[in-house]
Amino acid sequence: MSKSVKLAAIILLALSAPAWAQSKKTDKPRLYGIGQPATPEQIAGWNIDVRPDGQGAPPGHGSVKEGEKIFLERCAACHGEFGESAGRWPQLAEGKGTLTSDNPVKTVGSYFPYLSSVVDYVRRAMPFGDAQSLTNDELYAVVAFVLNLNDLVDDKFVLSKETWNKVKMPNANGFYDDDRLKTEKAFWNAKPCMKDCRPPVKITMHAAVIDVTPEDTTKGAPAKDKAPKKGSVD
Amino acid sequence: MIKDDDKTRTSRRRFLAGATGLTAGLAAAGVTGVAQANDKNLPPNVADWSKSLGDGVAVRPYGHPSKFEKNVIRRDVQWLTASRESSVSFTPLHDLDGIITPNGLCFERHHGGIAEVDPHDYRLMIHGLVERPLIFTLEDLKRLPRVNKIYFLECAANSGMEWRGAQLNGCQYTHGMIHCVQYTGVPLKLLLEQAGVKPNGKWLLVEGGDASGLDRSLPLEKALDDCMIAYRMNGEMLRPEQGYPARLVVPGWQGNMWIKWIRRIKVGDQPWYTREETSKYTDLMPSGKARKFTFEMDAKSVITSPSPQAPLTRKGFTVISGLAWTGRGKVKRVDVSLDGGRNWRTAKIDGPVLDKACVRFYAEIEWNGEPLLLQSRAMDETGYVQPTKDALRKIRGVNSIYHNNGIQTWALKANGEVENVEVG
Repeated sequence: MSKSVKLAAIILLALSAPAWAQSKKTDKPRLYGIGQPATPEQIAGWNIDVRPDGQGAPPGHGSVKEGEKIFLERCAACHGEFGESAGRWPQLAEGKGTLTSDNPVKTVGSYFPYLSSVVDYVRRAMPFGDAQSLTNDELYAVVAFVLNLNDLVDDKFVLSKETWNKVKMPNANGFYDDDRLKTEKAFWNAKPCMKDCRPPVKITMHAAVIDVTPEDTTKGAPAKDKAPKKGSVD
Repeated sequence: MIKDDDKTRTSRRRFLAGATGLTAGLAAAGVTGVAQANDKNLPPNVADWSKSLGDGVAVRPYGHPSKFEKNVIRRDVQWLTASRESSVSFTPLHDLDGIITPNGLCFERHHGGIAEVDPHDYRLMIHGLVERPLIFTLEDLKRLPRVNKIYFLECAANSGMEWRGAQLNGCQYTHGMIHCVQYTGVPLKLLLEQAGVKPNGKWLLVEGGDASGLDRSLPLEKALDDCMIAYRMNGEMLRPEQGYPARLVVPGWQGNMWIKWIRRIKVGDQPWYTREETSKYTDLMPSGKARKFTFEMDAKSVITSPSPQAPLTRKGFTVISGLAWTGRGKVKRVDVSLDGGRNWRTAKIDGPVLDKACVRFYAEIEWNGEPLLLQSRAMDETGYVQPTKDALRKIRGVNSIYHNNGIQTWALKANGEVENVEVG
């Protein structure tokens, strides 16, 4: 390529170069003009969250009695007819007074702090595998029945936005903000011990004795289901 | 025990003297080794693959690991959960090295199975206390300025099965609810700026598009700090199991908040107290009260090799290898103990040390076949030192499920096998 052709090419490149998107340092955030306005109709279809103060609670109502019918048809296979759980599915009722015991049972009655935590969850995720299939009335009815299983409302109770505040959740004051920085302050230690930090150690427990680790299933053999199985991922 | 010349010589003599015993140990450990080699492929013979042609290009248009690596897979523990759609599988940490987790091996935690989202129909809605409620397509997200960040993601329940003592025999199961990849995506701050958060906006509701619609409350401050909406991991588009086509990245904070298949962000003035941050992901203390919003993951480490699924196959020079991480910034140091925490040596960190990412550490030893109690201890730049399990239990009891970052002990036996144990 001759010098003049090269030069021409460079000039041409410079002329046709797109404008660089300038990211100037200003207080005002840059708006890129990307994204479409969300219409009220679009928002309404997805806006299903419910807050403890009742914000987001849908219109409608449902009774304990109506809820019992729906629960037996659509929930009891996993949660048990009385919310006692079938197998490892979440238990929904009982468990009062167990939170300080060796085997805490966390249910709507024993652990959930707010009614909204139940309503919001059932509304978005239940029945398992058929999410968002309940009407608002059915949603209120099922939750009313679960509250009744926990002796939190009587047999004649009807749940709605209007009766929302009548439900008192027993463990509402059972939670406090993360305090690790304070209560676990001792774990911050600029000079951890390096030598003779403790007396000679002994093995106090072996995983192999419990033997609940799955077999290697790479060859297609199903993992053996062994006892005693302690623990949970949630 | 940590490499030193005199002991090297001593142990080599012992190794030669005890060679017969080691062979027995190898057999007991059931490991692949010299015994399984095929003589016809070994010198002076010439192997088959050196003589005939192999597959051509594009025969494997999306490459997979060698067929000889078929054991390197995610695994689950079926008794843990009621169904595989709401369950967890674990990263095979014992088979990996470096800090990046291959996409196909990143642990899974689903609450309603894997949503198969058509990228054309993907929408991210931002609304609530904003000036301009917006909907973004995937194409929109990809047009915006993007960043590349390597972060670890750890489930708050990682090691949750070990609160009452050693239970699962393998670091895949005890520590495998973690992965570390490079994300490409849009800073959440930038997206929120497009919508314009109103002055009374303090919290976000972040919601997934799967059949569980998993929703969590995220403080606005964190969202504006380092969160992002990622659509790529390790260069390629997110895997369906990891939230394809877009997920929330919440660096250093519990994995449950990293909403997959994210469909909606709503700005509000207070938290929502959803089921996932009340009934679940709260830490029950011995008092019967529970900690809530325990977002940050404490510093933690684990020796990945040797470990129960990665036994030692021979005496002599051995590299102990492990991973460390902290949700509070950078890992500053990792120590290794061979005697159950009595004495410690500082390990070598190799590879990048990044904010809220895994680091890889190594400790070189001469193993003469004596039983060892292997431990690792991570420290981060805030001065936090990974505690013993007993120190954690003293404060938290055994029923808090989440945030078990206690020091792990592996018992290395004379035959090379390794077992998950507790020491006292």
